[in-house]
Amino acid sequence: MYNLDIQHAPDLGGHFGEFGGRFAAETLMQPLKEIEDAFFAAWADPAFHAERMDLLTNYVGRATPLYHAKQLTAEAGGAQIYLKREDLNHTGAHKINNTIGQALLARRMGKKKVIAETGAGQHGVATATVAAMFNMHCDIYMGREDIRRQAPNVFRMKLLGANVVPVDSGSSTLKDAVNEALRVWVASCEDTYYIFGTAAGPHPFPLMVRQFHTVIGQEARAQCLAQAGKLPDVAVACVGGGSNAIGMLHPLQDDDIRLVAVEAAGHGLESNAHSASLAKGRPGIIHGSLSYLLDNDEGQIQPTHSISAGLDYPGVGPELAAMFASGRLELDSATDTDALVAFQALTKAEGIIPALESSHAIAAGMRIAASMRPDQMVLINLSGRGDKDLGTVMDALGFDKGSAL
Amino acid sequence: MSQLRLDQVFARCAQENRAALVGYLTAGDPSILQSEALMLKLAEEVDIIEIGMPFSDPMADGPVIQAASERALEAGTKMHDVFAIASKVRRANPNIGIIFMGYANVPYTLGFEAFAAQAQAAGVDGALLVDIPAEESAICAKIFKAHDLCHIMLLAPTSTEQRIALAAQVGSGFIYYVSLAGTTGAEMGAIAEIKEKLSLIRKYSNLPICVGFGIKVPEQARHIAAFADGVVVGSHFVSQITSNLQDSVAMVEALSVAAHAMSAEMPRAEVA
Repeated sequence: MYNLDIQHAPDLGGHFGEFGGRFAAETLMQPLKEIEDAFFAAWADPAFHAERMDLLTNYVGRATPLYHAKQLTAEAGGAQIYLKREDLNHTGAHKINNTIGQALLARRMGKKKVIAETGAGQHGVATATVAAMFNMHCDIYMGREDIRRQAPNVFRMKLLGANVVPVDSGSSTLKDAVNEALRVWVASCEDTYYIFGTAAGPHPFPLMVRQFHTVIGQEARAQCLAQAGKLPDVAVACVGGGSNAIGMLHPLQDDDIRLVAVEAAGHGLESNAHSASLAKGRPGIIHGSLSYLLDNDEGQIQPTHSISAGLDYPGVGPELAAMFASGRLELDSATDTDALVAFQALTKAEGIIPALESSHAIAAGMRIAASMRPDQMVLINLSGRGDKDLGTVMDALGFDKGSAL
Repeated sequence: MSQLRLDQVFARCAQENRAALVGYLTAGDPSILQSEALMLKLAEEVDIIEIGMPFSDPMADGPVIQAASERALEAGTKMHDVFAIASKVRRANPNIGIIFMGYANVPYTLGFEAFAAQAQAAGVDGALLVDIPAEESAICAKIFKAHDLCHIMLLAPTSTEQRIALAAQVGSGFIYYVSLAGTTGAEMGAIAEIKEKLSLIRKYSNLPICVGFGIKVPEQARHIAAFADGVVVGSHFVSQITSNLQDSVAMVEALSVAAHAMSAEMPRAEVA
């Protein structure tokens, strides 16, 4: 049933080793199966890919550049730093690679309505964008706390014609938005498609979202060979749920490249305020799959923290969990402070304002580069741009908005 | 033993020409002590008591049971309290069915072995884990079996014939049919559709079928009791707690009245 050109496919139940699967409520099992069947049919259909690639090229603006960041390299001191510029995608982040794919799928399935969860608002914006283009009704579930942190993206979604539904349960952040979207989907799956935003959740989402994002790593691989004449020694990506990371790292896993996932250390890995589910969590079951998560000894999911709303999530995708458990994936982390420093460093050195999520990857990538030789190469996924984070950064740096000069 | 006990519950009800009343409350809501009193009271009125294990992220529950879970966790409810409550209910009621309902991560984190052993010791007959569908049941099936814990499967309006067959194969105790595609406490589905689906399920399984989700008024219970083996009432009972949060005595009383009213609708009308 699986198309043979899907590399490293999970088993038929969506398990990546001991992780993944479909731990969903009975009511969702059939809707998930329908998405799975539609996805495999679409994936085997050249017309689906032709339309997807046309949109990725002419609407999203792919291929995104690979940029040799010489000034940042000089600042870090060590290996050559190359940035995969996912921030240059339409809507400002990698998220649209996935929403284009899933919206095409929703249309193939005859669904007129889409829903999505969002944390930082990037997935919400990317979903609202494709919903506007495909003329679909769109409801975005977003934690009240994230609505406060990401006001510009909330307004963007509204302009695009989406309803932004505030979620007040639990910690009012991304995990609660997922819970609420799942609850709504249970009651509306007949006419509604749930555009899941990361490579996590029940099968087939981890596989499907990965497939829509591997374009990142595939392009980067070819661009490294074309520009530098070789593959990078290290590839670095930040990890919340893990969609930009799996998109970048999956196509590189069969090469002799160190793969590094950077988690949000928040106030520090030894504090209780971080989102490092791989480094500090353990296997458990949340949101439809078995993977690493942050919970207490009673199995209750714990509150997380990161300055970046997009990384503020207690779980992680099952394929990354499997790559970590097998030793293929290295872990690193960056604190809120590290991310703020890297945010400013990249902005000043290269004139590129990164998303706070991506700033975690920049922070760790610079550190790694500093420990390497100048003839070596570090590839960092710059997953999004930072305009949406200016309010947060202004607050964090104590910038007085009243006296802008 | 546990399957036998549940079988006996349903057999007794069948003999009395009525459906079994299955009542749900979240353990530890609104406090451990109050919950104990509420559970003991509910156990007097129902044939099977469903003890909810509170969870931080109850994805399949509507607002009423979500709030119950939050109150229970805020009150400091731990799994050892849940086992203790079950154990007390069992000691006071040797013949009723007792099942746990909850989400996979709680028993997973405890370890399915430790979970099943303690449930067995407390006199629990079965467990229903919302996010462990038939396809994933291998993760705990053998352990549950070894500890004589029935593995209760959910079926829903969206369940295909193939899925019904699968649930029939791996499930035990009884089948919990979700009357609507939605979360707990939403509006009940149409009676005719529920009835039709139950006939389909009966083609694949000899297990008793209980119908739940959205049963709030006695009249609905009466309609379901006419053709189902059991009627599950959850959010409606929990909301008796919600409306009397300031008064422990009134809370127990309101629950008792609500349970009694539902119980009165279980007998099936004599067929002329």
